[in-house]
Amino acid sequence: MSPTHHVVGRSVARADGIGHVTGRTVFTTDRAFPGLLHLKVVRSPVHHARIRGVDLSEAERVPGFVRALTHADVPHNVYTILGLIGVEPEEEFVLAVDRVRYKGEPIVAIVAESEQAANDAVARVKLDLEELPAVFDVEEALKPGAPIVTHWGNNTFMYEGHPCRRVRFGDVEAAFARADHIVEGVYDTKPIEQAPTETTAAIAVPEANGRYTVYTNTQALYFSLDNTSIILQVPGNQLHFIGGTVGGGFGGKVDVIVEPLATLAAMKTNRPVRYAFSRSEEMQVSSTRSAWRIYVKDGVMADGRLIARKVTSYADSGAYSRQTPYALTKHAANAAGPYAIPNVSIDAYCVFTNRQPTSAMRGFGITMASFALEVQMDKIAEVVGLDPWSVRFINAYHNGDMKPHRKLVEDATLIETMQAAARLVGHELPEAFQAMTSDPRPDGGA
Amino acid sequence: MASTIVTFELGDREVEVMVRPMTTLQTVLRYQLGQTAVKEGCRQGGCGSCTVLVDGEPVMSCLLPVEEVAGRRVDTLETAMPTDGSDPLQQAFIEQGAFQCGYCTPGMLMVSRALLDHDPHPSRETIIDTLAGNVCRCTGYAPITAAVQAAARAGKDGQPR
Amino acid sequence: MAKLRGTGMSAVNYPTGMNLGGDPSQALIHATTSGSFVVSLSATDLGQGLRTVIGQIAAETLGVRMEDVVVDTADTDTGPHDMGTFASRATHRVGNAVIAAAVEAREALLDVAAEEFEAARSDLVFDGQGNLMVQGAPDRSLKIADIAAAAQFKYGKTIAGRGAWMKPKSPVDPETGAMDPDSTEAHACTVAEVEVDTETGEVTVLSIKSAYEVGQQVNPALVKGQIVGGAWMGLSHALYETTQPYYPDPDHAAKDFSEYLMPGAYEMPEIECVVLEYPSSNGPYGVKGVGEMTANSPIPAIVNAIYHATGVRIDELPVTPELILRGLDAKARATGD
Repeated sequence: MSPTHHVVGRSVARADGIGHVTGRTVFTTDRAFPGLLHLKVVRSPVHHARIRGVDLSEAERVPGFVRALTHADVPHNVYTILGLIGVEPEEEFVLAVDRVRYKGEPIVAIVAESEQAANDAVARVKLDLEELPAVFDVEEALKPGAPIVTHWGNNTFMYEGHPCRRVRFGDVEAAFARADHIVEGVYDTKPIEQAPTETTAAIAVPEANGRYTVYTNTQALYFSLDNTSIILQVPGNQLHFIGGTVGGGFGGKVDVIVEPLATLAAMKTNRPVRYAFSRSEEMQVSSTRSAWRIYVKDGVMADGRLIARKVTSYADSGAYSRQTPYALTKHAANAAGPYAIPNVSIDAYCVFTNRQPTSAMRGFGITMASFALEVQMDKIAEVVGLDPWSVRFINAYHNGDMKPHRKLVEDATLIETMQAAARLVGHELPEAFQAMTSDPRPDGGA
Repeated sequence: MASTIVTFELGDREVEVMVRPMTTLQTVLRYQLGQTAVKEGCRQGGCGSCTVLVDGEPVMSCLLPVEEVAGRRVDTLETAMPTDGSDPLQQAFIEQGAFQCGYCTPGMLMVSRALLDHDPHPSRETIIDTLAGNVCRCTGYAPITAAVQAAARAGKDGQPR
Repeated sequence: MAKLRGTGMSAVNYPTGMNLGGDPSQALIHATTSGSFVVSLSATDLGQGLRTVIGQIAAETLGVRMEDVVVDTADTDTGPHDMGTFASRATHRVGNAVIAAAVEAREALLDVAAEEFEAARSDLVFDGQGNLMVQGAPDRSLKIADIAAAAQFKYGKTIAGRGAWMKPKSPVDPETGAMDPDSTEAHACTVAEVEVDTETGEVTVLSIKSAYEVGQQVNPALVKGQIVGGAWMGLSHALYETTQPYYPDPDHAAKDFSEYLMPGAYEMPEIECVVLEYPSSNGPYGVKGVGEMTANSPIPAIVNAIYHATGVRIDELPVTPELILRGLDAKARATGD
């Protein structure tokens, strides 16, 4: 700790510790409100279908049923949360209109006096669905003739006219031609659920002055407020969002899933409404981390230097975008790894399939790239006959190097971090690597 | 079916609740008796965040019909440990950093309390077995295990044994 | 049938901030007449301890004690805009906004104090214990609480500050991908040791040892919390977790905790770590974000260790016993064993 700091750098006791160990920390669903109503959602039981009809008559007869909400009740029934930061197009609905694209997609919201009544009513809603062919594999989804998930005719997110986010740096093909070795790999990962111990929840409460207070465990308070305001077409200042203690997020509570419907229901009933995910909804319906398929082709010299890296990545966005298009751009900015490689080509695809939409999770866009690239580095080491440490020291980036997305490296410490890890585990590094630093290269280039 | 009245002890006081059949103890504690330290991570017995003590034994309250506790003593974190956090287990959790978001913490404290009441000097393996039914997504469990070991060393009265 | 041991490593970096920027955070600080400073935010604490580290940053900049700072979050009526807690952005952006607000509040405090002391501002020093004094004259000392009360009632002045921090949003070239995606990069190097049971295919992770470079630790205990919790989550990603175990086939999706496999305390190996601090050029006190990176580096280290132990190269996650056994079979067939 710097001697000039008096509190930064100290392991000060947590401010919320005493609340946690006495059970007095207030989480969203710990709050009670007189007259509280419960909202539960009717969800598509199939992967892909046209909706021919919805019959609420039996549901309405359940004791405790208060009302149903359909797409017609939602003022701006579009759910594209990245629209707030200018990402187009609008493509997901708060409540489905004439089509469902994943198993679990919301169709009708039921509001009732108790959770039990809401669940009973949900079970009695009759859906008339015409099933459509579905696609589940990212590369199958890109083949001609594949079932189309989106409304714009192909199964990729378009990045300014390209079907993928691109990075082009140098000339990989020329470099592959002169490389001593070509090392290739395909890396496949499966969807992962954030699984916070506390499920996603919001309670919307009408206030006497006509505003609505929304208690939520979102990770992004204003983001949720702004999206709710757009969906409900009410000025933002009519909404008062209160949050603050989240029982685990990991990226699973940034999707503004429950606030709009809870608030709409509060507006329609003039009573507080709670919309909380069950654990099986959290598991099967809330966004997960994407599955990825990452192809890496590296051109390597006999001395272990990487002279070219070509990465083609497919992220399975599921049926809708959520935040995944953003992740592919972040992925593209990191898919060459912390290494100085003079020729890099990256094609990062956001692909749509008929499964639950994917979105942010701890390490968004990078976790699986790091997995692929670091296994790849070990493969390279084996091919050129070096140990895993050496191949990483040889290729580690330095301050002043140019990254493939044309930003100069700064604040680099990969070399120093590896040296520290080697000391920690008692691995003796050769002199040359022990003496290396992340300082800019003397010749100014990689 | 008609509601019934169930009487039990919540900590030191007798309580009486009117419930529909098969209402769980979790629902009664959280929504009728205001014991919100009893958490609801899954309502399926899969995470342990709803753990309470029934006659000193740890039980997942989401799996127990409230009729089962008629005439028995139920303890939640609110009744079992002081609000000033002075219990050695609470202190150990704070010192070892055995929580982050805090959602699993009441359940962890309840199973740990029951363990130390039965076995004041548990081995590390016993502690790990005890925690097996409680999910934590944040800490990686290591500081929780360390906290229970530290609390065992500190003893009930806060003095080292 | 044997238990084979192996070691594997990984070296990664991780960016701080929402990709491309354009993710602002703001903070407001005001002094109360009891000498405490309220930091108003709409940022959320996910359990990582943001509220605590923000309090530390505010106290450090203001020159007051931790117990004199009240962090009030998250309420959109009282807290100014914040983009949210994700992308390892919060300590960095909220911290910078808080520093700016604290600097302004501190200036206002010094102005009032200078009048109260009838001294030059440059002669005033904070003792870090809740007092302000004239340098070289320890008897000329005032409680900050008293200065705050004087500001309110004698001078009719506020002691308050406003702060905002934003990395301007970077464009992306659609042809070349040229962009400015992040504010800084943190780094990690992890070495994992595993033991693989060739009869069952089960992997036991024996140790995860890492070096993490995080710019500046605000609260080392909370950083350690991210390291240990991250190591567990990385191990879980590598060997256990998925909602769709037969992906891309969507069937048999996990519905609950009994089907969604995660390791418990029993599977947790020895975690050792060393933390390096190379201050970033633009983080508060040099901070770099750490919360996500700690779950990333263990994953390939474990997979590489499995290869070292068994000679089975696995290119998919999670690494299940089935994958290991099939890999061992394939290797045996290839070598004619």
